[in-house]
Amino acid sequence: MLHATEVLGAETYDAGGNFVGRVKELFIEPADQPNRVSRLLLGRGQYQPLVARHEQVAFVAPGTIRLNVNEKALELYQPNESWLAVRKDLLDQQIIDTSGRKVVRVNDLDLHEQRTNGTVEMRVSQVDVGLKGAARRLLQGIVSHSVIRRIQEKLPPRAIRWEFVNLIEPDPLRRVKLRMTQEKLARLHPADLADIMEELSPAERQAIVASLDEETAAEALAELDARLQAQIVEKLDPEKAADIIEEMDPDEAADLLADLSPETSRELLQEMPREEAQEVRALLRFEENSAGGMMNTDFVLVGETATRNEVVEWIRGHDVNLEQLDTVFLVDQDAGFTGAVGTARLLLAASEQKLATLRSEPLVSISPESSEKEVFELFDKYNLRSLVVVDPSGRPIGAITVDDVVSRLRSRL
Amino acid sequence: MTTWPIFEKLEALRLRGQRVLQRFRRVRRRVAIILAVVGPGLITSNVNNEAGGIYTYSLAGAQFGYNVLWILIPMGFALFVTEEMCARMGAVTGKGLSDLIREEYGFRVTFFVMCAVLVVNFGNVLAEFAGVATAMELFGVSKYISVPIAAILVWGLVLQGTSRWLEKIFMAFCLVYLSYVVSAVLAKPHWWVAALHLLPTPLVGWVPPFQQWVKPPQWTPEYMLILAGLLGATIAPWQHFYLQAAVVEKRVGPRQYRQARTDVMVGSISATIIIFFIIVCAAATLFTAGQHHISNAGDAAKALEPLAGRFASALFALGLLNASLFAASILPLSTCYVICEGLGFEAGVDRKWNEAPIFYWLYTAMIVFGAGLILMPKAPLVRVAVLSQVGQGLLLPFILLFVLMLVNRRDLMGEQTNSRTYNVLAWGTSLAMILLTLALLWVGLFRPQDLPAAPVG
Repeated sequence: MLHATEVLGAETYDAGGNFVGRVKELFIEPADQPNRVSRLLLGRGQYQPLVARHEQVAFVAPGTIRLNVNEKALELYQPNESWLAVRKDLLDQQIIDTSGRKVVRVNDLDLHEQRTNGTVEMRVSQVDVGLKGAARRLLQGIVSHSVIRRIQEKLPPRAIRWEFVNLIEPDPLRRVKLRMTQEKLARLHPADLADIMEELSPAERQAIVASLDEETAAEALAELDARLQAQIVEKLDPEKAADIIEEMDPDEAADLLADLSPETSRELLQEMPREEAQEVRALLRFEENSAGGMMNTDFVLVGETATRNEVVEWIRGHDVNLEQLDTVFLVDQDAGFTGAVGTARLLLAASEQKLATLRSEPLVSISPESSEKEVFELFDKYNLRSLVVVDPSGRPIGAITVDDVVSRLRSRL
Repeated sequence: MTTWPIFEKLEALRLRGQRVLQRFRRVRRRVAIILAVVGPGLITSNVNNEAGGIYTYSLAGAQFGYNVLWILIPMGFALFVTEEMCARMGAVTGKGLSDLIREEYGFRVTFFVMCAVLVVNFGNVLAEFAGVATAMELFGVSKYISVPIAAILVWGLVLQGTSRWLEKIFMAFCLVYLSYVVSAVLAKPHWWVAALHLLPTPLVGWVPPFQQWVKPPQWTPEYMLILAGLLGATIAPWQHFYLQAAVVEKRVGPRQYRQARTDVMVGSISATIIIFFIIVCAAATLFTAGQHHISNAGDAAKALEPLAGRFASALFALGLLNASLFAASILPLSTCYVICEGLGFEAGVDRKWNEAPIFYWLYTAMIVFGAGLILMPKAPLVRVAVLSQVGQGLLLPFILLFVLMLVNRRDLMGEQTNSRTYNVLAWGTSLAMILLTLALLWVGLFRPQDLPAAPVG
């Protein structure tokens, strides 16, 4: 196994044994092969640098490279944005370790040699983020390669397989050229993704949000702290921002919009579909830390005379937000709130049972003007999972779920 | 259903009330944004007035009276210029100074810078615990009791606290600095003579009506040395790392940058004002009484007692204790952050011990050895402090060079690089700092007999 630091700076000789130059940079062409070092940049002092392709390399050892062609066969170097540069883009930069779900800094790259008739291919097998790589970087060129190898045998390894490495490139054009996708990121849990984003710089965060699909972006955004949410959304273009906010729960969307400048917030609401915008607008009217500001308008409301089966069928037939489905709320004919049924009870009930007989006692509800403290107290006292918010005439207008309560409580700690 | 006119009116009133409420909320949010940004600059500048700094300032006041005050304005300006660049880099790039050095100059350079930062900051931590020991001894508490308690307090405080809570405590620390103002008032200085000395004395001294109060300074080596020392005590290498990291941590973006700059400015000004009061306090008492030599900040507090009263002396000591504790809680932590992040080790108080072992061990070691060395019966405190001063002097030019090179990189900073005038100012400030520290270093290396009088901090 080789390391990028051992190849960088290596003396390169051509087929005739003449010295050509020193390796200044290793290039990977992701469009071609995701992990193969496809070109070596050879610096020659004041002469123009040359580029050796991977099939021109005959032998690689720490500090030495031999080519199988003559110096004349090498091409002159032309910068190319679609090449991933190991020294410039990877070494010392931050990457996302999608298996360990965190941001780490690259110390070195481990290269795996593949010999095929007469040529040696170097493939990146893993990225070194531990002490081994650090020691190598520190000692390279000061003591001999064999001494370094002996020292690093004693150090604990910490490396990330290349498949799990996600590069961070803020420039969207370059990202396309490098064929970078965020599939690996989209597969992470939104909460982990949010943690990762918090560790990055604003430009990098922006790049990640811009490249995620709206749904994942919305979920990850909802997990970030309010200040960051506002920062990110204000920098997105309004159309994309509106698409993302549309995917968020109305209460979260309202909280976010309330943190933006009034102009931006108005602009985004205009970009959103009428119905969603209406819901969010309704929520924006309430003070952020009142019951009205905590509630969500996405909730399931059924007539109290319905049977268990009718309700389940209705839920199946509609696109219901599953996170809001802890509790089904009952209303009478005047749309007044008459009770709440936990979905667990619904699950166990007989198919023809009327919902009115399933409701939990006592009847708890809250007005939108109540403070968040009163909400916490009710949740604690009655061990609630969700709490209905009713207008002065007793009609349900929203519901607060326990996850809203937990995140509010935590932000108070 | 028909509505009564009175209800319509009520409804209109309610709507108007809501609108007023909304406007009020918007104002409140704006205030909240400013408050959310304030902190890093204020804290950084004030931590600078730590134990070593206080000694230097009182020594300056004791040796030369009001005659050193004129340097405060250019010094406050230099403090602002150097700090502002770091705050701007933090706001624009969203990365700490050590991250930027690592990304732009590679592992090896970062490693050596980090080693230097570790050694120099450790020297500073020692000085802080020494400050705690002297301050508490003035209150009659042996250092064998006060230093271990301080060490445990600092260690536990930081490991237990959340960052928001910590910042509130740190802001409270900043307030205790006001005790120096009271001390200075009790010392009964000639306020307006002191104020006059804030103007460039070398110039004012030649204006006839002022000549009776302001004498042009004698440019003796001792005088130059103390001026260099004042600058060195105010602009330290570690503060650039700390400020930039804190700006990043507070998520100050380019949009909030203006508020952040105000914060830095308020911090520089308030730190300079505190320095003014410390110098005035020493000048009005020690200098006037002819007591020109003190060997640590505790001496200054002790000497105040017969001259300005017990209360002034106690307040001076309290200020010293506060400053030492303040710096002792910030320095080790920020050092560990900077080093771990630069070298790529896991860091952060929200990680568990086994997730970030190097971070925690380094932090613990700095405090244990820092406090432990002070407790050694024959600790060579003066030598350690002088060496730490020399180290800081050596490191500062490099850090300033890194800052200037990075802040002018268009690929990092975009439109926010230094303007030409600003560059002239910043390079001028840095060159002056570099020359002064080199001069200090020269004295430290070749004329060590002057060193007991040389400032430490």
